[in-house]
Parts: sequence; structure tokens; C-alpha cells
Amino acid sequence: MAEAAVAVKGLTKTYGKIEAVKGVDFEVAPGEVFGFLGPNGAGKTTTISMLCTLADPSGGSATVAGYDVVRERDEVRRNIGLVFQDPTLDGYLSAEQNLRFHAELYGVPKTLVDDRIRQVMEMVALWDRKGDKVQTFSGGMKRRLEIARGLLHSPRVLFLDEPTVGLDPQTRSAIWGYINRLRRAEDITIFMTTHYMDEAEFCDRIAIIDHGEIVVIDSPEALKASVGEDRVQIQTADDEAAIAALRDRFGLEAAVREGQVTFAVASGEQFVPRLFAELGVPIRSVSVSRPSLDDVFMSYTGSTIRDAEAEGSANAWMRAMARR
Amino acid sequence: MATDVVGVRIPLRTAGHDMRAVKVVLHREMLRFVNDRTRMLSMLIQPVLWLFVMGTGLGSLAQGAIPGIDFRTFMYPGMIAMTVIMTAMFSAGSIVWDREFGFLREMLVAPVSRGAIVVGKCLGGSVVAVGQGVVILAMAGLVGVPYDPALMLTLLAEMFLAAFTITAFGVTLAARMKNMQTFFGLMQMAIMPMMFLSGAMFPLANLPSWLHVLTTVNPLTYAVDPMRQAVFSRLDVPPEVDATLNPGVSWFGWQVPVPLELGLVALMGAVLLGVAIVQFRRSD
Repeated sequence: MAEAAVAVKGLTKTYGKIEAVKGVDFEVAPGEVFGFLGPNGAGKTTTISMLCTLADPSGGSATVAGYDVVRERDEVRRNIGLVFQDPTLDGYLSAEQNLRFHAELYGVPKTLVDDRIRQVMEMVALWDRKGDKVQTFSGGMKRRLEIARGLLHSPRVLFLDEPTVGLDPQTRSAIWGYINRLRRAEDITIFMTTHYMDEAEFCDRIAIIDHGEIVVIDSPEALKASVGEDRVQIQTADDEAAIAALRDRFGLEAAVREGQVTFAVASGEQFVPRLFAELGVPIRSVSVSRPSLDDVFMSYTGSTIRDAEAEGSANAWMRAMARR
Repeated sequence: MATDVVGVRIPLRTAGHDMRAVKVVLHREMLRFVNDRTRMLSMLIQPVLWLFVMGTGLGSLAQGAIPGIDFRTFMYPGMIAMTVIMTAMFSAGSIVWDREFGFLREMLVAPVSRGAIVVGKCLGGSVVAVGQGVVILAMAGLVGVPYDPALMLTLLAEMFLAAFTITAFGVTLAARMKNMQTFFGLMQMAIMPMMFLSGAMFPLANLPSWLHVLTTVNPLTYAVDPMRQAVFSRLDVPPEVDATLNPGVSWFGWQVPVPLELGLVALMGAVLLGVAIVQFRRSD
């Protein structure tokens, strides 16, 4: 197996008495899209800061692109691209000037600078705005430009810290479009954090992090499968007969909910053909719904992501009050 | 539409790479300055006000005391120094601005030495400040200073040196500052007294001894005096007036020579630059 793009062992970070990250372990394979999912304040940004050499770990070790984040800081920096939560563009410079600044700072070979700038700007559809000052850009355009800039020096790992936070749904889906195209176009590993459940589904694997600890790591499908069975709803010619048949032939307990025969079964999509073949009662419609990542988060942490955030901010408020 | 992927492999860090970083940080300072018309204009209007409004007003008072010379001619080198110092300080302050708006992060995560970034900033501040100074140099004729090429070159070099040291000072101050208000507050507090005591606005001869001590320990004095000496060496001034307006700097009765003054300014610049670099290495 190829060397891991990111390998983390027992990584911790403490600020005074507060343990922001409590010994996390994980590996990210090359070419993977790896998501860090958790409520605000769970330790996502702290972990990403340590991986990007912006904060020194209090304990444990981590390598990115094969380099140690403490001892080989420059090598790590050369091989990563960063898109932060907060914008880091110079609004008084044009889009192209911002990218040129980055290319010089990262030492992109001079003969390649022009081609590469054009390429990344075309990728995020900003080439026709290259001469405009960044302060005239919308939030979504700025984020796209930052993604382009993060890719300019062909990093092996791209870190995206909440890449779509604060953007409208349309722009969010456009950003995801670029990220997916990017995966196909470049040989790159993407490490991202998010607290949007629906976005986590774009990842190959997800680590759920809560209170500074990794609760579980797996693919979105496996996570959802681990949580529970799919929910199947059918409309039939004779509901009573269908419920009886489900009990007798498949050993499934069904009930009528919202006017439909409803039951839970593992791998619902694979079950549907058997259902049609063996039920013996005519079926008019069928729908299969899978558990969402919200259900996953809920089942692993015992709270929904919103509750966790509300609790976190309530705690912060209590601490602030206590300090007075 | 998709062109072939241009693969970029970044070579290992070399001195050449650090030079590119210095150059691009410097280049950005200049772009920022050229793009900001308001700042350019206000920086130009200030010295004109000082020189032609303040200078003319005070000059009418001082006329009797200094026969044979326009008070504005006396003020001229001081105004050059003041313009250069203010511009350099503002440039250094842009680091605080960069931090507030996140751009500093973009620079600090790059695989270049912090030293290259700080040197680039200081050079940028110096070049912009010298640019402002050139405009004042162009007004030399209006206040009776000859357009002597050797004088102009000397002044340019002295301006650059002063600007570099002041920018390094400003960057050292700005290294830990989180917002612009604090920085400018502190800057006013540091720069105002230094400016008053530097000989930029009034001659340092015949001051009460406590004030005299303060002027000799003021670093800015050593940046302003060489400029005044350069200007006065090209003027035809009666000796007693020269003694009043251009007394030089003396330590316990010993006249400090201009090269030593410039050396002191350069030394301070180097030390401050070193401090600034250390500050930025630690600020993660």
C-alpha cells in the first residue's frame, strides 16, 4: 500500500487546562476525500492547524505527505494547500495578483506560473474576472479563488476548513462541483472539516469527532448501515394481506404508517426485488429511505449536531459568566 | 476546454526562493501604495502644509533672529525626515491590517523563512517612503535649496536608511498587535515625542540641558541631522546662523561626525530587523 497521505498517532493539544484534542489516531490514504465531522468546538480546526504546522502539538505525532509536521515543517508546507474558514485574500489586489503573490511565495518555477494560474482560475470559472479587485467579489467567488490559490502549487494534500460555511446553498453546491472535478483532474488527497451533514456524504470516509475525541471512522455508507436498517414503505392492493405475508415469509414486523405499510430491513435496495418476487400481494409503489448522517451522529454521540453546538455555546456562556 | 494539467513540483528551498519571496512582498507593498490614491495624496499634502503654511507662519516670527536664510529652508530637511518617517510607519502598520484581514496567515504558512517576509516588508516600507521623499525633493527649489545632483543622491540614500530603520521599528511594534487602533495609538505615542526632539521642527542649539539630553538619546536625531548637514553644506549661510540652525549633535562637547550618525542609524535598523524576525518566528 502507498504511504499514507496523512498519518496521525495519539495527537493531543491542550490550551492551559483545556484539552482541545485528546489523543486522536487516524490515517488518510492517498487520493481519498477524508471528512472531519463534528459540532463547532469539537477540535476539528485545532487538529487541522496542527496538521498544517500552524500549531505545535502538545503530544503525539503526525505526518503529512510523509513529512513530520514538527520536524519537517517546510516540507509539509510545500506539499499542502490550505483553504481556511476565514478569507485570507488581499482585497486591494486583483484576483490574478493574489495568485501571482502566492506563486512567488511558494517558489513555483517561473516558466510554469502563467500556465498554472490560468489553469486553476479556469477550473473555478474566474479567469474572465482575473483583473478585478478581490474586494468586489462575492463570498462564493472569494472562496473559489481561495481554492484555486490552494491548488496553485500542486499540493499533495489539500486542507479545506469548512469550505462552504456561510455560503448560500447554490454556491455551496457549485463549490462541491469544483472539488469533485478537482479530484478527477489532479492526483490529490483532500482533507476537510464540516459541520454540514449533507456535505459529509461527498467524502470517501468520515471521522466523527466530538469533545476532542474521534468517535468513529468509516465510509458514509458503512456508518449509515451501522446505525440501523433502511426504512421501506409500500403501497399495496391489500395492506392486511401484505403485513401477514411480510411476517410469514420474511419474518418482518410491519405496520401501517402514514397510510403505507412500513417496515425496517437491512440493505433495503437489495431487498426490493425479493419483495416483488415473493410477497404475493400486488405492490403499487415502493420507497426506500436510508438513515441520514444526522442519525449516525445522533447514534454515536447521543445528541444531534445542533444540540451539541447549542450545548457547547451554553457551556462557553456559563464559563464566561463564572469568570466574572 | 480542459488543458493538460500543469504539474508543479516545487524545488527545495534555496536562497533564490527566499529572494523571490522578498521581492514579491516588496512588490505587493508598492502595488498597495500605488492603488491607494487617497493615502498617496494625504501623504503629499501633509508636508506641503507643514512647509508652506507652518513654515511661512513661523518664519515671519523667526526672521529677525536668523538673517540671510528662509526659515523654510531650515525646516526642509526636517520635513523630508518627517514624511519619510510617517510613510514608513504606515507601511509597517499594514502588517496589523494584514493580520486583521487574514492575509498575514497566507504569508506565514508559506514555505519561506519568516526573515524573508520581514525583510520584504521593511524594504517595501523603505521604497514607498523614499518615493514620497522624492516628491519633497522636487520642491527643493521653492525653499531655496539648490538642485545639486550630489546633494539629491546623498539625501536619497539617507532617506532610505532612515525609512528602513523606522519600518523595522514599526514592524517590531506591529508583530504582536491585534488591531489597528492599538497600533496607531502606540505609534503616535512613540513617534510624536521622537519627532519633536529630533530637530525636525526646531533647532537643537541653545536648548535647556534636560531637553538637550533627551535630544541626544533620541534615535531620530541621528537620522535628521545628516540630512540637515547635507543641505546646509550646499548653502551660503553666515557662520553664526549656521551655528544656531545647524549645530550638529555633540556628546559631552565632542561633535559626532555624520558617518558615525549614519552608522548608528544602520546599526539600530539591523538590530530592530533582527528583533522583528525573532518576533515573527515565535508568533504562531
